[in-house]
Amino acid sequence: MIEYISGNWEQILSRAGEHVYLAFTAVGLACLVGIPVGLLINRNKRIANAVMGVANILQTVPSLAMFALLIPLVGIRDKNAIVALFLYALLPIIKNTYIGINNVEPSVIEAAKGMGMSRMQILYMVQTPLAVPVIMGGVRIATVTGIGIATIATLIGAGGLGTLIYQGIGMMNYPMMLSGAIVAALLALLIDFILELLEKKMTSRGIAIK
Amino acid sequence: MIKLKQVCKTYNNKDMIVNNLDLHIEDRELVVLVGESGCGKTTTMKLINRLIEATSGTVEVNGQDIKSIKAIELRRNIGYVIQKVGLFPHLTVGQNIGIVPRLEKKDAKLIAQRTVELLDMVDLKHEDYLDRYPNELSGGQQQRVGVARALANDPDIILMDEPFSACDPITREQLQNELLKLQEELHKTIVFVTHDIDEAIKIGDRIAVMLDGKIVQYDTPENLLKNPANDFIERFVGQDRLWKTPDMLTARDIMNKDYVRIGMNRSLAHAVELMREKNCEVLVVVSGSGNYPDYIEGMVGRRQINKDYGHDIRMKDIMRTDLVTVQPDTLLNKVLQLREKHKLRFIPVVEEGVAVGIITEPSILSVLTEIIPESEGF
Repeated sequence: MIEYISGNWEQILSRAGEHVYLAFTAVGLACLVGIPVGLLINRNKRIANAVMGVANILQTVPSLAMFALLIPLVGIRDKNAIVALFLYALLPIIKNTYIGINNVEPSVIEAAKGMGMSRMQILYMVQTPLAVPVIMGGVRIATVTGIGIATIATLIGAGGLGTLIYQGIGMMNYPMMLSGAIVAALLALLIDFILELLEKKMTSRGIAIK
Repeated sequence: MIKLKQVCKTYNNKDMIVNNLDLHIEDRELVVLVGESGCGKTTTMKLINRLIEATSGTVEVNGQDIKSIKAIELRRNIGYVIQKVGLFPHLTVGQNIGIVPRLEKKDAKLIAQRTVELLDMVDLKHEDYLDRYPNELSGGQQQRVGVARALANDPDIILMDEPFSACDPITREQLQNELLKLQEELHKTIVFVTHDIDEAIKIGDRIAVMLDGKIVQYDTPENLLKNPANDFIERFVGQDRLWKTPDMLTARDIMNKDYVRIGMNRSLAHAVELMREKNCEVLVVVSGSGNYPDYIEGMVGRRQINKDYGHDIRMKDIMRTDLVTVQPDTLLNKVLQLREKHKLRFIPVVEEGVAVGIITEPSILSVLTEIIPESEGF
C-alpha cells in the first residue's frame, strides 16, 4: 500500500483536492444560507418549525437517491454533488444556529432589552456571540458528514477520493481502495480538528469558563 | 418624577395584573414596591421602562407620557438591574459596563474612564476586575457589576427588580448597605422591587405595599410600622417588627405617660406626701397649679427633698432646672446615649414646652419586654 501511495501520490492528492473542494463549497454555501435562516426564524416559532421540518426531510433522503433526484434538475458532475451536499449541510447548520440563539439565558436578553438595545443589536451583539460554540458545532457536523457523503459523488462523475475507492473495488486493487478510504477518513478528522481550533478562536474566553 | 395614573395591565382581557394603580415617585427618592409574588409589583416596575405596556392609563417620566418616547431611547436613560443580573458572559466586566455608552457612541476614552470610576464606586478594584469575565465572579460581585452597568449612562432613574434576592444573607446585607451609601452620593430616583419587607424597610424612603395589583399603603417605613392602614398591612409588616428594628423606637414609645406632676408653688410636705402616695421617685414640676397645660419648669427627685427636709420651702426653690429633655420622636438609640452620657435616671419627654411623658429605667424595660414576641419567651 505504501508502494501504491508513493507511486500515485499526485493522483491521490488531486482526488483529495476535489474532495475538499466539493465538501467546502457545499458547506460554505450552506453556512451563507443556513446561519442567517437560523437567526431569522427565531422571530417566529411556527416558521422555525416549518423550516426545520423541511431540512429534516432533506436529511432523510438517502444520499445516492439525492444524487439521482438532482440529475434532472442540475445534471451530473460537481454541480450536482455540491447541491446535494449543500442540502445535507443545511439541517445541522440551521438547527444548531436556531438552538444556539434560542438557548441564550433569558435573563441576559432581558437585561439587554432593559438597557435599551434594539432587537438587531441583541441578535448580533449578544445572542450570536454567545451561540458561536453551538453554531460551530453544527458547521463541524455538516463538514464531516459532507466529507463522508462526498465519497459517493464519484458515481455522478464529480470525482473526489471516492473515485479511488470505487475504482479500487472494481479493479480488485486493494491498496488503491484503501488509500482512498483512509485518506478520506483522515481528511475528515483533520478538518474537524482545524474547525475545532477555529471554534475555540471564535468563542469568547468568557463563555469557555463555566 | 415618575407618575403612574390609573394604570391597568390585563392579560387576555381578564387577568388584572395591575388594577387602576396610581403612584407618584418623587425625584431622588428610593421607593420600594413590596408584596407577595403575583401582586403585580414587577409588572408595575416594568411599565416604567416599557418592557411591559400598560393596557390603559398613563405613565409619565419627568412630565412626559412615555408612550411619546421611543422605547429604546427611554430605556437608555433608565438603569435596569435584575435578580439574575444578566451580565453578558462573552464580554469582560469592563465591556459589560461600557456597553450602553458604546451604543450611544460616546467617546471611548470617556467610557474607559467612567468604567473605572464605576467599578471603584461599587467597591470592586478596577485593576483586578476590569478584564475579568462575569463567570469568574461570585454572585455578589456579579451584581455589583450589574449595578455599575446600570449607572454607566448616568441615568436619573434606576429600576431594580429583586436585585439582591438571589444572594446569601451576608452578601445581601452588604449590597443593601452599599446601595444606601451609593444613594447618599448619587441621589437617583430608584424604584426597587422586593418581596422582602425587611429589605423594604431597611432601604426605602417610601414603601408601596401591593396586593392584587393595587397599592394598599404608600408610606414611609416609620408610618408603615406605626400606622398600618389595615390588617393586611399589619400582618404583612409583622407584629414583631418593632423588635426586629428596635432602631425605629422613639421616645414616645418608651416613655411613661402617667408621670406625677406637682405645681411649682407647692410645699415640700406636699411633695413628700405625693411621692409616698404614688410610690414614685421623681416629680415633674410644672407651672400653674398642676393642671393642663403642664409647662415643664423643672424636676424634683428624692435627693433634693432629703437635703432640704424640714424647711418651709417651695418646689420652685429646690427643683432642678438644668434638665436634659428629648422630643417625642427622638430615637431610642439617642435617648440611651443621652442617658449614658449624662448619667440620667429620668428624662422628661417635652413637646412645645409641655411634658408629655418621662423616660425611666422601668419604662424602657417594660417596652422592650413587651415587644419580644411571646414565642421567643421562656
